[in-house]
Amino acid sequence: MNIVVCVKQVPDTATERRLRPGEGTLDRATPDGLINELDEYAIEEGLRIAEAHEGEVTILSMGPAKAAESIRKALSMGADKAIHVVDDGLAGSDALATSYAIAQVLEETGFDLVITGSESTDARMGVLAAMLAERLGVPQLTLASKVDIDGTRITVRRVSDEGFDEVEASLPAVVSVMEKINEPRYPSFKGIMAAKKKPVRTLSLADAGIDADQVGLAASATEVVDFAARPPRQAGVIVKDEGDGGTKAAAFLTERKFI
Amino acid sequence: MAEILVLAEHAGGEVKKVTCELLTLARRFGEPVVAWAGPGAEEGRERLAEFGAVRVYAAGAPEFEEFVAAPKAELLAKLVQDTAPAAVLLAGTAEGKEVAGRLAVKTGSGVLTDAVDVTAGDDGSLVAEQSNFGGSVVVHSRVRRGTPVIAVRPNAVAAEPAPGPAELAPVEMALSDAARAVRVTEHVKAERGERPDLTEAQVVVSGGRGVGSAEGFAIIEKLADALGAAVGASRAVTDAGWYPHQFQVGQTGKTVSPQLYMAVGISGAIQHRAGMQTSKTIVAVNKDPEAPIFEVADFGVVGDLFTVVPQLLEEISRRRQI
Ligand SMILES: Cc1cc2nc3c(=O)[nH]c(=O)nc-3n(C[C@H](O)[C@H](O)[C@H](O)COP(=O)(O)OP(=O)(O)OC[C@H]3O[C@@H](n4cnc5c(N)ncnc54)[C@H](O)[C@@H]3O)c2cc1C
Ligand SMILES: Nc1ncnc2c1ncn2[C@@H]1O[C@H](COP(=O)(O)O)[C@@H](O)[C@H]1O
Repeated sequence: MNIVVCVKQVPDTATERRLRPGEGTLDRATPDGLINELDEYAIEEGLRIAEAHEGEVTILSMGPAKAAESIRKALSMGADKAIHVVDDGLAGSDALATSYAIAQVLEETGFDLVITGSESTDARMGVLAAMLAERLGVPQLTLASKVDIDGTRITVRRVSDEGFDEVEASLPAVVSVMEKINEPRYPSFKGIMAAKKKPVRTLSLADAGIDADQVGLAASATEVVDFAARPPRQAGVIVKDEGDGGTKAAAFLTERKFI
Repeated sequence: MAEILVLAEHAGGEVKKVTCELLTLARRFGEPVVAWAGPGAEEGRERLAEFGAVRVYAAGAPEFEEFVAAPKAELLAKLVQDTAPAAVLLAGTAEGKEVAGRLAVKTGSGVLTDAVDVTAGDDGSLVAEQSNFGGSVVVHSRVRRGTPVIAVRPNAVAAEPAPGPAELAPVEMALSDAARAVRVTEHVKAERGERPDLTEAQVVVSGGRGVGSAEGFAIIEKLADALGAAVGASRAVTDAGWYPHQFQVGQTGKTVSPQLYMAVGISGAIQHRAGMQTSKTIVAVNKDPEAPIFEVADFGVVGDLFTVVPQLLEEISRRRQI
């Protein structure tokens, strides 16, 4: 089975993230880059499915040269090979453009199963998997907390606001996974050494057959008008409990009409 | 006046609160009209009328609920083509965002998610306010191609009634095979008793590692029930299995913006704050005066939650009896 896992490099959520003045795009140079944490669950799920169904896992990442670090980490977890789409023309792509570019690569390489994280911790849009399914004309089995594959039949436990749905379809398909679907493995020393020799194909727009007029900041269908740091919240009242903490909290809640 | 198309969120015939919020927003820009997918439009009509819906495009086939996301996107794409609305507003729930993404692809339009407000720009275009990077940056964005598709976070704006005719306009359409690719075979509702939905609740009470155990979490539920609140949890709690993951608030959990958020035994890590710092009022209880949650709290009690919360509960019932 040909499994492709989409991996995005994002700024560390524990550091301060900034937008670039002028363009309003994420300043990807300053903060430390990491694999989008939710994509680690996607890699793990891909590896488990590959182990159970004689599959091969390809990592697909679109991003600047620095994203190679995240690709290497994914390979050291056990993925077989990777495709890195990197081109200055992609900078500033919005969801519509990103989904177009990634779908284009997937069409070219072929797949039985595409796995993504449920959302990226930077943009937090949570739309890419659905957009890929729409573009590729294949089933969308997203927000999975459990994936089962039997031949070409795939069933997923889809997390909903109310609880969950059991959903089913047939392969090829696009899956997105939720946090806690599994426990992502740590790369072993052997895995890290092996990753150095695994093939990474670097594709430019032209290599990937991506139309340069449909990607990048200029082509994006959305634009940032302006942005600013959120004004800090007004300092609150902090009291020390001296046997009356609950009473004081109740007084505050009453004053604000919550009681 | 141009139509602004709102995708209704409903369970059976019951209209969700977020839909009333979207109608309130839509009225700022044009004629609010509703796309209703699945049965129940007749029952829901009255509520939609209360919030100003002019028309309800109702596609009543049960199939809309039997397949994942794609049928709704197909309905909206058809309506965009037939009625040329000035924008499409959807609820910024997980599925709402997916439908938005698919619609954007179908119509070649820009899509914005997690809007906390929508206003008119200088040129009359719709400008969405988004709260990014865990609420630390406020961004205004707009769509510059196609029909703007905007997913708005539940609870971000207050629903205000304004009567409208809400006339029913049945939509006849056959779903494509592609839209029927993913069948829902079972629908399971998690037990949350009488508590409100986490993302729609006016008040959320969340517990963190400080509660100490799964049993300890009962005190959070008690406080939530006393305040008519939804229950939330930090990741430390869901990781430990003390409470189900669907109640996790934060970067990799739900984003909430209630009128009141109470963080009990939660340190307030940046990833937790990412999911709650747009709450209107924040109250924290933590025994560590250095806990970062106090930086965003309007009111904080430095103390042991196992003495502070029981006293608070007693005070609540005492004050209610007066
Ligand atoms: C990529 C990423 C995503 C993440 N996503 C999320 C997310 O979505 N949501 C989330 O919550 N976290 C998330 N985290 C984890 C986050 O960094 C913190 O680890 C987590 O929020 C800590 O939970 P906590 O506050 O309950 O626990 P702790 O940080 O251990 O804090 C417990 C607090 O309880 C207090 N306490 C202990 N006992 C008592 C008592 N008896 N009375 C009063 N106070 C007491 C302590 O003083 C302490 O401040 C994420 C992390 C990463 C790296
Ligand atoms: N540039 C990218 N390259 C590879 N995968 C991506 C990229 N952007 C998003 N993804 C995938 O899509 C998921 C959802 O992203 P988003 O819709 O941006 O929240 C992520 O968890 C990734 O798996």
